[in-house]
Amino acid sequence: MEWEIVIGLEVHVQLSTQSKLFSGASTRFGAAPNTQACAIDLAMPGTLPVPNEEAFRYAVMFGLAMNAEIGKRSVFERKNYFYPDLPKGYQTTQLAEPIVGAGEIEIHLEDGSSKSVRLHHAHLEEDAGKSLHDAVFSEGHGMSGIDLNRAGTPLIEIVSEPDMRSAAEAVAYLRKIHSIVTYLGISDGDMSQGSMRCDANVSVRLKGEEKLGTRTELKNINSFRFVERAIKVEAQRQIDLIEDGGRVVQETRLYDADKNETRSMRSKEVANDYRYFPCPDLLPVELTDEYVDTIRQQLPELPDAKSTRFASEYGLSAYDADQLTQERAVAEFFEAATQHCGQPKLVANWMMGELAALLNREEIAIAQSPISAEQLAGLIERIVDNTISSKIAKQVFEAMANGEGDADAVIEKRGLKQVSDTGAIEKMVDDVIANSAAQVENYRSADEAKRPKMMGYFVGQIMKASKGQANPQVINKILKEKLDALL
Amino acid sequence: MAVDAQTVHRLAELARIAISDETLEEMSGRLGDVLKLVDQLQTVNTEGVAPMAHPLDASQQLRPDRVTEQDCREAMLALAPQSEDGLYLVPKVID
Amino acid sequence: MHQLTIADIIKGLRERQFSSTEITRHLLERIQQQDERYNSFITVTADEALQQAAAADERLAAGDAPAMCGVPIAHKDIFCTSGVRTSCGSRMLDNFVPPYDAAVVESFERAGAVSLGKTNMDEFAMGSSNETSFYGPVKNPWDTNRVPGGSSGGSAAAVAAQLCPGATATDTGGSIRQPAALTNTTGIKPTYGRVSRWGMIAFASSLDQGGPIARSAEDAALMLSVMADSDPRDSTNLQRPSDDFTRDLDQSIQGLRIGVPREYLAEGLNSDTDERVQEALREYEKLGAELVEISLPHTQLAVPAYYVIAPAEASANLSRFDGVRYGHRCENPADLRDLYMRSRGEGFGEEVQRRILVGTYALSAGYYDAYYNKAQQVRRLIKQDFVKAFEQVDVIMGPTAPSPAFKLGEKRADPVSMYLEDIYTIAVNLAGLPAMSLPCGTVDGLPVGLQIIGNYLDEARMLNVAHQYQQATDWHKASAV
Repeated sequence: MEWEIVIGLEVHVQLSTQSKLFSGASTRFGAAPNTQACAIDLAMPGTLPVPNEEAFRYAVMFGLAMNAEIGKRSVFERKNYFYPDLPKGYQTTQLAEPIVGAGEIEIHLEDGSSKSVRLHHAHLEEDAGKSLHDAVFSEGHGMSGIDLNRAGTPLIEIVSEPDMRSAAEAVAYLRKIHSIVTYLGISDGDMSQGSMRCDANVSVRLKGEEKLGTRTELKNINSFRFVERAIKVEAQRQIDLIEDGGRVVQETRLYDADKNETRSMRSKEVANDYRYFPCPDLLPVELTDEYVDTIRQQLPELPDAKSTRFASEYGLSAYDADQLTQERAVAEFFEAATQHCGQPKLVANWMMGELAALLNREEIAIAQSPISAEQLAGLIERIVDNTISSKIAKQVFEAMANGEGDADAVIEKRGLKQVSDTGAIEKMVDDVIANSAAQVENYRSADEAKRPKMMGYFVGQIMKASKGQANPQVINKILKEKLDALL
Repeated sequence: MAVDAQTVHRLAELARIAISDETLEEMSGRLGDVLKLVDQLQTVNTEGVAPMAHPLDASQQLRPDRVTEQDCREAMLALAPQSEDGLYLVPKVID
Repeated sequence: MHQLTIADIIKGLRERQFSSTEITRHLLERIQQQDERYNSFITVTADEALQQAAAADERLAAGDAPAMCGVPIAHKDIFCTSGVRTSCGSRMLDNFVPPYDAAVVESFERAGAVSLGKTNMDEFAMGSSNETSFYGPVKNPWDTNRVPGGSSGGSAAAVAAQLCPGATATDTGGSIRQPAALTNTTGIKPTYGRVSRWGMIAFASSLDQGGPIARSAEDAALMLSVMADSDPRDSTNLQRPSDDFTRDLDQSIQGLRIGVPREYLAEGLNSDTDERVQEALREYEKLGAELVEISLPHTQLAVPAYYVIAPAEASANLSRFDGVRYGHRCENPADLRDLYMRSRGEGFGEEVQRRILVGTYALSAGYYDAYYNKAQQVRRLIKQDFVKAFEQVDVIMGPTAPSPAFKLGEKRADPVSMYLEDIYTIAVNLAGLPAMSLPCGTVDGLPVGLQIIGNYLDEARMLNVAHQYQQATDWHKASAV
């Protein structure tokens, strides 16, 4: 039996406004507990909400970037449930009339293929506070502590259609969302700080089947890696269950990263009835066409447009252009380096090769790269002007990564300058030919067609003797002359 | 129309209000009376009438994104039935 | 001195006939001596009042006196007062001392008024008799065996008993007008959005509106001029700057077109009450007004629509009272659920619980369309009735309440009969219109109220219409004490 996995994602993105969605309290991360929870956030009696304009601007930017309909009229509703991190006893959110309607985006997969994922809608809502279950209190009373600093922070919840068919597609979609929100500058997209959180609806069905299977909802998956693993393990659990004659139960499940398994959250299974209704403390938000058009005109270049431009303007392959435009900071690094050295293809190769490996190894973002765009450009310039070979350049790169300064300083200090001096190279060639009688004899007796290939041995020996610093083109030229003279 | 005890229980659970067994019966009777009153709504045809959530047809004014609130933790925590280390205390929250 | 109106007090203070400290002290003594009979105050803030009065006297002496400088008033205990317990008539908030003021309280402070304390009310403003208060029922100064109406029964009784010349109040379905009618006082509920709801503890957000209860239309106009202001903290505020509502009081009402709704004289209306209202209408004809019969066909549906919408909004508004951040918390909760269930079970009285359950029902899955959505559709029909009526008339008049004050306990056992107490007042809240009640005679020694409903933002004209009647008649001067 061939199974198909069906995935829809609900992504919560914290908007990087200064103040909260309905109050003037700060949204800064990491403040002491409850120091950023004002009377409104705490749902003190008689307090009232007033929505933040910037949150709407950000949501509209997002909607436009997703090629989605913009809700010219949007309505906040109350979603009623009791939880200690929800001070009002309801979450102010949007349901029937959200700020962003249906849309569609292209996601790019590792095999170079693309696919379109439909957006169901995206809505604005307020975040909840935090329950600290493991807080250690002096009296050891075993109670939970509630910190409401995060309560009221603006979120957009982005709901996709169930269009993804593998964990890899889900991750590609999530990366695309991340890419768009960080390009727009509406969120820092930091999953480790909870600025971006993801719930996945997962079901399985036999390939060819039209009806969707029963889905489970995986809650609060907080990294790209876990999204992939959680979906894979949950899909497999469902397949195993069905193949063993069981049935999938619609429920909320939690992914346990340590055990790499999902488990039922029975405590949340109490039949919820959220009793949504329009929030009577707020009026419908009505946006004009001019307002939306102004935002449209101010939108920055988005990943797909940038990728197309990179391919045409810099002559990059579609794959390279795509890789370099996924993150705004990466794209900006590329353009800065290219502007300095005028070598887009080399910059691309270096960024996707050595630099990517370095960042990966150090587990840092490009913003924290020890080598700046200007420094990388400087290194590339030395390759282009034959000061160093590509091979030596790798050594220089490592030294730069270790903080030994820019390319010129490293080359100077370590004496890595390429030798192009004909006299010095001639001597090295003569020495190698003198010490390689057997190889010379072979060369002489070989067919003419095979000879170029046989030069490799001599080049290798000479490079070795020069510690890699001899200019390969000069070596080739002199070596060929000298060997041919022996024929 | 009477509201059965099971329904009253479900509503009380949703609304998180403990209702004693003694008041339960009285409550279901009175809730039934209220629902009978509001059932008069069904006598009018409202087809095509847009629901009116607010008395005035106005639209929302938005607030500029500025931090205007200061830390008021101590004043607020002073109102809390139980707090410690700057946190509100509740019986253990189990996820 | 306690018989003085606000207008009298403002004049007397400026003419140095007495000081704010004198009248404040006098009223505080009167409250102390007499309020045991009425139970109209929950909290009396004597020390603070005297301090405010002393400060007012200094300003009066310095010639730097704002509009209501030195005038003692009281606030319904639904308005948050910084440093003063604000209970909303509930055990839930018996220990709640907010660190902030309601916008209305700020406005009166800016205007230099002195606050004597906080008046009793139905718990969370849910009631029409003031019997649901955690602090015990308020008694009607006209007959202490009878209710003063509700939910602003404390404010109305305090004004009627001459414990203060005016008090703030709120009206969600008639809570200013019905107690004003039952206590021979004058109260106005302004257009929805006139008065900021910031710091006013919400019952039903789309219906709640603050307003004054006083002893004359002129006093009500003076108080409303202070209360009605723009406030960016309240999204549903109309953001209209404060206005002088006394400016049209002396205008003639010659040619005024008064709409008299056929439906307001239906069964259930006490015939004596009807007679007093008819007399008042004839008085208006004498003053040059013209009576026009109108129809408000959806009148009968106002109470049913209200008892879906108000409880629905209340069920969510009251979820914040959970025993976590402030207010009542049960002893030794076993777990989180127990904390919620018992704190709310103990903190809320029966009527509040009932309305929360009704609202929960109306919003729950499977019932939303039949109840909540239907009620909001009916609400539009009710509003359209009024809009159409105001194409023909300037104001609408009728009874405020179907009968005079009833006996304590009389309707307690039957919530529906209590709900019908607001049959003439409720539609106005659903539509968001301004309306007021003023005294128009008595039945068996008990006051009857005439209701005036105005068009949107037409408060100044309504107050003019009321004032002209009070210039021609003395019903509002009749005193319970």
